[in-house]
Amino acid sequence: MTAAPSGAPPAAGRRTALYRVAVERQQDYVLRTVEERGVRFIQLWFTDVLGVSKSFQITPAELENALEEGMTFDGSAIDGFSRVQESDVLALPDAKTFQLLPYLVDSTPVARVVCDIVNLDGSPFEGDPRQVLRRTLERARGLGFSFFAAPELEYFYFLPSPPGTHDPTPPQVIDRASFFDLTTDDLGSELRRRTVLTLEDMGIPVEYSQHEDAPSQHEIDLRYTDALTMADTVMTVRMVVKELAAQQGVMATFMPKPLSGVQGSGMHTHLSLFDGDTNVFYDDSDEYHLSTVARRFIAGVLHHAQELTAITNQWVNSYKRLIVGYEAPVYISWARNNRSALVRVPPTKKGKQDSTRIEYRAPDSSCNPYLAFAAVLAAGLAGIEGGYELAPEAAANLYELSAEQRMAEGIAALPGSLSEALDRMERSELMAETLGEHVFEWFLRNKRAEWAAYKAEVTPFEIRRYLTAL
Amino acid sequence: MEPLLVYPDPPPPALAQALDLAGYPWKAVASTESAEASEPEDGWSGALVCADADPEGAFALCRSLRKRDLPFEPLLLLVAASQLPELELREDLFDDFCLSPFQPKELEARLAHLFWRTGRGSRPELVEYGSLVLNLETYQAAIGGRPLDLTYMEYELLKFLATHPGKVFTRETLLSRVWGYEYYGGARTVDVHIRRLRAKLGEEHAHMISTVRSVGYRFGQSRWGL
Repeated sequence: MTAAPSGAPPAAGRRTALYRVAVERQQDYVLRTVEERGVRFIQLWFTDVLGVSKSFQITPAELENALEEGMTFDGSAIDGFSRVQESDVLALPDAKTFQLLPYLVDSTPVARVVCDIVNLDGSPFEGDPRQVLRRTLERARGLGFSFFAAPELEYFYFLPSPPGTHDPTPPQVIDRASFFDLTTDDLGSELRRRTVLTLEDMGIPVEYSQHEDAPSQHEIDLRYTDALTMADTVMTVRMVVKELAAQQGVMATFMPKPLSGVQGSGMHTHLSLFDGDTNVFYDDSDEYHLSTVARRFIAGVLHHAQELTAITNQWVNSYKRLIVGYEAPVYISWARNNRSALVRVPPTKKGKQDSTRIEYRAPDSSCNPYLAFAAVLAAGLAGIEGGYELAPEAAANLYELSAEQRMAEGIAALPGSLSEALDRMERSELMAETLGEHVFEWFLRNKRAEWAAYKAEVTPFEIRRYLTAL
Repeated sequence: MEPLLVYPDPPPPALAQALDLAGYPWKAVASTESAEASEPEDGWSGALVCADADPEGAFALCRSLRKRDLPFEPLLLLVAASQLPELELREDLFDDFCLSPFQPKELEARLAHLFWRTGRGSRPELVEYGSLVLNLETYQAAIGGRPLDLTYMEYELLKFLATHPGKVFTRETLLSRVWGYEYYGGARTVDVHIRRLRAKLGEEHAHMISTVRSVGYRFGQSRWGL
């Protein structure tokens, strides 16, 4: 049912008939493929408000009905899905996302299909993050824009914790190779290579992959797609990375900062807006080749950055990554070639105006991609609609400026903790409107509880520092 | 299967998409002359003539097709309800007609019926190009005997390209012919899907789809072997 962007069929009579034919053919395609390829199970995938993958499995016998009417399930057990009244919701498969899963060791073919969550009356369920992104994309479309995203996912491979223990601090890395090292017998690199090949088999093109700065840290850069497909893809990539690692007895984690003293795992995301075939961020006559639309978009993202950080960096641990000294952004600024800036504008090669884009560097790889893309897009659109002025780019390495210098230049900082980020988000009209009341309220409540639990904990840091000294 | 002749050029977008969805290859012509000039070697498989916009041109075309030594068939006419009186005394010019605006399912059913009655062929079942085989009946694609796990849109795009080998298509054309009105990403969506298709075809076969700089994409070799 995703054919039409809003999830609803277009209104005009002739188009409606054609639309129905198209949807029927998509469903027919799925049913025939399941039959022809001997698919035994179909996983219905969806994502909770915190960005955790959920799925249940159905058999081919149930598939036709699932495609037409959706599968009922009790949403109350799923984060952010519970409501006061009734808790039953429907998972409605998006037939266009049907895909065989090539990575399972068992030879029985299994396929997945991504679902939208709807209420029993067929209206979109307000707690569904995919719906939040759809709504925001629809807003962009109203202004004539389609929104593209290309994230770079960083993650670590660790040895799994020994049986019987739950607390392997610090986690054990599986290699000691460093940035760009070419090692033939490196398990991590072999795993990453296999992951990239599997992703390509699933039609997910990988732009680039490499060993990252920190030991045992890897990065997979995805080629851009429209943001909804990309959010589905990010969920798929996380799943494939973890699954392939587990098959080799290794644990893969997208935790933002698993090791102190080395860099954390970000999800720098490249963003662009197109109007049909035209990249509207590009302007030949501008000194930096940035259009007015691009400048206002950046201004919007910077202006609302503090409000949306709780979404792009949603865990207590996220804020241990956003500190000075590890290539993570801390200060709210933009620049062309300065990796300490929050928004970086990569230089556009001559004749490659289509690749004009901005890079938002705050998100970490454990965010909910649906909500994160929606939040950043909404901020950018607010900048365009409100005609925000973009401040000059940051000249120096921001980490080296003193507090006074930053103050003089009017450079603010991102929230320093989850608690601070929640305070900013709570006061944001833009976030309430973008996420919708249901997700907004639930998210704040859930995250306040996480912060309270964290605050109540006495950490090894305190014991080490205070126990004997005080 | 040889292409269907479709009049006028360009045909109404809804008609183009309905034919594509139904899997009929087709080619639009603007006049009687161009119907002669662009006729495939083995002849047209049939004709679908829209008479609602330009009845005179449409009936002239029908007449010239029917006046051939071997009378042309099957010929399906699309007319507006208000034009029904105009069909009087023109019964010989068409084999069947369909009211416009049309229902895609009805159009498909009428075409299938006409083809069956005239025995001029039916919907193509297999599309082959080199080591690539598409079974349009079962929606399965295989390359060198290896089944391809495609999503629906990847399959539709490959089907469209493989049924028009050697032709260069712009992104806009692909978007309107394959996606129709329903897409999220604008013309860039085409690039995304081409990349995904190439990834799935594998390195060895990825070149089947070539990028034609600042124009669009082409499947297979161009007619001139370029």
